[in-house]
Order: sequence, then C-alpha cells, then structure tokens
Amino acid sequence: MTLNRRTFLGTGVAAAATLSAPMVRAQGRPRVVVIGGGAGGATAARYIAKDSEGAIDVTLIEPSRTYFTCFFSNLYLGGFRTLESLAHTYAKLATDYGINVVHDWATGVDRDAKTVALAGGGSVPYDKLVISPGIDFVDGSVPGWDISAQGVMPHAYKAGTQTALLKAQIEAMPQGGVFVMVAPPNPYRCPPGPYERISMVAHYLKANNPTAKIIVADPKEQYSKQALFEEGWQKHYPGMVERLGPDFGGGNVSVDPGAMTVDIDGEVVKADAVNVIPAQKAGHICEVAGLTDGNWAPVDGHSMVSRLDPEIYILGDASAQGDMPKSGFSANSQAKVAAMAVRGALTGSRVFPAKFSNTCWSLIATDDGVKVGAAYEPTEEKIASVSSFVSQTGEDAAMRKATYEESLGWYSGITSDMFG
Amino acid sequence: MRALVAAVMIALAPAGAALAQDKAELIGDASRGEEAFRQCRGCHQVGPGAENRVGPHLNGIFGRRAGSIEGFDYSDGMDRAHADGMVWTIERLDAYLENPRALVSGTRMSFRGIKDAQERHDVMAYLRRYSASPRDIPESQPTAFRSEVDLPPEILAIVGDREYGEYLASECLTCHKRDGADDGIPSIVNWVEEDFVIAMHAYKRQIRPHPVMQMMAGRLSDEEIAALATYFATID
Ligand SMILES: Cc1cc2nc3c(=O)[nH]c(=O)nc-3n(C[C@H](O)[C@H](O)[C@H](O)COP(=O)(O)OP(=O)(O)OC[C@H]3O[C@@H](n4cnc5c(N)ncnc54)[C@H](O)[C@@H]3O)c2cc1C
Repeated sequence: MTLNRRTFLGTGVAAAATLSAPMVRAQGRPRVVVIGGGAGGATAARYIAKDSEGAIDVTLIEPSRTYFTCFFSNLYLGGFRTLESLAHTYAKLATDYGINVVHDWATGVDRDAKTVALAGGGSVPYDKLVISPGIDFVDGSVPGWDISAQGVMPHAYKAGTQTALLKAQIEAMPQGGVFVMVAPPNPYRCPPGPYERISMVAHYLKANNPTAKIIVADPKEQYSKQALFEEGWQKHYPGMVERLGPDFGGGNVSVDPGAMTVDIDGEVVKADAVNVIPAQKAGHICEVAGLTDGNWAPVDGHSMVSRLDPEIYILGDASAQGDMPKSGFSANSQAKVAAMAVRGALTGSRVFPAKFSNTCWSLIATDDGVKVGAAYEPTEEKIASVSSFVSQTGEDAAMRKATYEESLGWYSGITSDMFG
Repeated sequence: MRALVAAVMIALAPAGAALAQDKAELIGDASRGEEAFRQCRGCHQVGPGAENRVGPHLNGIFGRRAGSIEGFDYSDGMDRAHADGMVWTIERLDAYLENPRALVSGTRMSFRGIKDAQERHDVMAYLRRYSASPRDIPESQPTAFRSEVDLPPEILAIVGDREYGEYLASECLTCHKRDGADDGIPSIVNWVEEDFVIAMHAYKRQIRPHPVMQMMAGRLSDEEIAALATYFATID
C-alpha cells in the first residue's frame, strides 16, 4: 500500500486531533509510546509513524521543546558553529508525521498495566514502549562534584545551557589560565567526545589565550582515536595539552567547586575553568522502570527489545547492547531496527535481519577532520562488530578537509533523519 | 580502465566473485608494492611526514591534480598537464609508471618505467594506502567509472525487492539526504539502477577507496545491493 503525501497527512492530522495529552485515547489503532526525543527516540518515532502510514498511533514524550545536539557541540566550543545551529524542534514530527508530541517528563512505567506516568499528571497507555532517555550521571563518581555543582564546573555532556556555560567560562579565562577536564571512565557517551572537546578548546585558546594550559585527568589507559588526537595536538597546539592518565594519578581525582580546585592524586591544581564529565549510567527512567542490570539496560540486538520486558525496546546510550559505541549515529541506527520490529509486531509488516553501523567524525583543528567507524550484526549474546576502519595518522590535508566536509553532510543528514 | 581492472580481477580473484573478502589490494599487493617502491625512493617520499625531494611527495596522489604540490618546481610538461586538468587516476598512474614520457612529454622524471603490469599495480596498491581520498569518488557523475567492475549479467539482472531496499536505505539516509542535497556527502537518489549496482560492487570489492562505503557495501549481498538500487531509483 502506498499512500500519497496528502492522504497520509490527512490521517496524521486527524490522528493528532483525536489525541490529547495527558490521557491518550486512540480508536483501535495500536499505540506506541516513545520516551525521549533524542537521536534514538526522535528517529524511532518518525520511522514508526512514517512507515506505518498512519496505522500506528505514536506518542513522543520529551520535556524539552528544543533539542540541542551534543554532536557538533564541541565545534561550538571551538567557534565553528553557533549554538542556534545545534537547535532542533519537534514541530515537523507533529505536523508532517502526525506524532503526538507531549512535552513532559515520564516519571514511571507501569509494566503490568502498560502505561507511562507523566510528571504533569495522568498517564499514557501503550502497546509497545520505546525508551531512549540518554544518560544520567553516577552519583559520587567524582568526589566533591554533584549536580548542584554543574553551574560552577559544567559537564556539558547534555547539550544546551551547559555547553553555553562551559563556553562562557573558557572565554572568561585570564591570559595564561588553566583549563582542567576530568575525563570519564568507560563506558560513556561518545568515546572520542572528550578529546574532540580538548582539541576545540585548544583551538579557541590558541587564537585567544595562547599561553593558557589544558590539563586532562583521565582514568583510562587508552581512548578512542588516541594516535590521531595526539598527533593533532602535537601539530596544532604544541605544549598546550597535558594528559594525565592513570599512571600519573588521572584516576584519583576530586574537586572543590567552591575553591575552583582539582586534586589530582594529591596535587592540587587551581583552575580557571573545570569541565567535569562524570561516570555515566542509563537515563534514570530505565532504573525506575526496573529495566536495568547494573548501570545499563540490557537488550537483544536482533530488535533492541529489552531482555527484561518483551513489550519494551531500549535504544541509544541507555542500552547495554554489545560492541556499538554510545553515539548519536548508533542510536539512530538502532532506532531503525527497533522501528521495523515494532511495526512488524503491531501491523504484521515485513521484518528484515537487523543491520547496524556507526561512524564518528571528530574535528581536531580547522579542516582537520578524522573518523572511526564499524558495521555490526546481532548475535545471541550481543551486537557484534563485523568490520571497522579508522583514519590514519599522516593523512594529507586534502583528505582531512574532505573528512571534515563529510561530517557537515552527516550532521545535516542525521538531523533530517531524526526531525524530518 | 576496463582492461586494467579486468586484468587485476582475474589475477587476484575468480571472475565474478564479488566477495567481501576481496581486499583493498585488489589493484595489486601493497606489501610487494612497498618493496618495488624502493626504486622510487631515491626521489620520492610517501607516508607520514613525507616531503618533496627530487620528486614531489606522493601522499594523496590518487585523485590529485597533476603538478599541484605547492612549492614544487615541475617541468613545463607537467605544468601543462596541470593546466589541462589532468588528475591522477589509476589508469593514468598506470600509464605513467609504465612509461613516464608517453604520458607527459618533457617530464623530469628520468625513470625508464616499470614494464611488468603486476609490479605497477603493486606499487599503486602501496601508494593507495596513503591516498584513500574521498575526493576520487565520482558519485557526482555516476556513469564516469562505468567499467570499473565487470559484473556478470546475472548480477545485473537481479530484480530488486523494493520494500527490503526501503529498510536497507534507512541506513544510508543517516548521511545521504533523501532530498538529494549533496553538501559534503554525495547524492544517491534517482541514479540509473545499473550505475548504482556497479558503484556498490566497486566499493564492496574495495576498488573504490572510501572506507565508510567499503564497509557499508562490504556486508551487502548481491540481492541487497539490487534492492537498494531499486529503492533509490524510484523514490520521489
Ligand atoms: C560532546 C559530545 C559530542 C558528541 N559528538 C557526537 C558525534 O559527533 N557523533 C555521534 O554520533 N554522537 C556524538 N555524541 C553522542 C550523542 O550525542 C549521543 O550518543 C546520542 O545523543 C544518544 O542518543 P539517545 O537517544 O540515547 O539520547 P539523547 O540524544 O540524549 O536523547 C535523550 C532524550 O530523552 C529525554 N529524556 C530523558 N529522560 C526522560 C524522561 N524521563 N521522560 C521524557 N524524556 C526524557 C531527554 O530530554 C533527551 O532529549 C556526542 C556527545 C557529546 C556529549
């Protein structure tokens, strides 16, 4: 069956009209509720609505009216993007796809009654539930830091206000000042993210505050694209970046937000800007719903269905799936597999074998882009990597520039794929 | 191009075996090429930190415009090739390596040339390591490399399952825009199906150099490639 755009829009609008938050009623159509309108959730909602052509009633629960992508937020710190260019709204998901977008927090899931409770009161029933809430932080992972300190020592690991704050702090650093990053332990969202951030902070400082210093306290022995970043820092920002790995006490860190100091293995550093990226766990709602095992929510990679509840699919950073990195690209890829599985279960549409992929681009300096990626397939045990590639050190400038330009294309592609 | 690729395919893989395990070295064997490159090293550097010596460095040579390394003093003949817009494609490099003067008269490269085709291909496979530049993907002109893989007719005859193609395409659409916009990433909509199929097999066999596309295409079956070609040829 192919509906033309007009008929489709018609059913969508009609559907939207019959839905009103917080209590959702739909006549006869199967109901899908999606919690979280980020890389995983927005994509899943859009694909389910688009491909079911109105046959499935889709509700998206997301507190923010504007989604700021974490991807490219480091480029904003470096001065390559504006904050506005990272902002996306849910308008098209409502108008063009007939998705009922509810701006509220999901506060609980009644898995027996199959309803989602909302912070604003009321609840939404579902036949299938998709959860993609991203990350929350592990309490106490950096002694001295908690959410109340994020206004002084921002994490900027959920984009928007936090990213703007971190940028303002970097810009306010005195000449020759000190920037400290407390890097997270594995696993965390966007493995190259902290190091792309260091590159972008260095890029800004080199132009505006060339005697400033950057210290990275890192609990990890190794990190993503390490050879590429180290080569780039050496080339573009010689002498500016000092990374203290676990051998140098980078794993033994506490902070004092009042004094603006960071204690690295007994060495107290007075800093002018501090970026604390704490240890991470699945978005809190997963734990509330009883879907976690440890810090993350286990899923079966054939469909992204929860290993603890066959009616619930968990996407993106929150899921424990196997080899895929926690990235926007991964969440988007997983969303398409889940969307297909959900449609198959509710409408009997064809279900094909799951395929996943990921590519993460990072910018090291102007026109110096690198990338890493892999393809994945599900096994009984996990989503397993089947092939991969990474940029090489010593690539020529033209290749690096083309890689950067490719990342601009990707950003445009994935955000259209999420928000229509 | 056709002759070269065909020769190489026969040398290294059974004809028509479009297998994922066909390696990047399809144009030749890079480690043998590294050996053979010794005869070039007196004048040329390649790899991390390579610089111009008697001859220009060779990083990024594939897809590079001839005579385009800034600060290198080329012969008039090479300057002319540059002005003519000559680009170092596989076939041009092959011709140049075989007999430099045949391609660029008056070149300063005083080198007798490599007569053995296999050896030339090995050297090119080695150079390509430092050269997997996305710029030489000719997606913008899908037919330009038509003969880059010789596909047996039964592969070209597969009728694509459009619905399957639509699902598979969702993976492409993370980067390639459905509306055909091509900033930074080429457009893949509304191609002639056969061009699409040939291009994907060329990536799959790692004849085309782009690493993301080699990975994506590397895991697609012949049927899946056909399904994608059908889908992208028929979206509106
Ligand atoms: C600095 C940085 C750079 C990055 N760069 C890249 C990159 O270049 N490429 C890449 O692929 N990835 C990148 N990432 C990673 C990427 O941002 C995440 O992996 C991706 O956003 C994960 O998608 P998600 O759907 O799991 O979560 P998110 O995109 O975070 O979406 C979760 C959504 O759920 C909502 N939510 C949470 N709890 C609830 C609730 N209880 N009720 C309702 N809604 C809720 C949130 O408001 C949020 O909008 C980067 C991340 C960072 C921090």
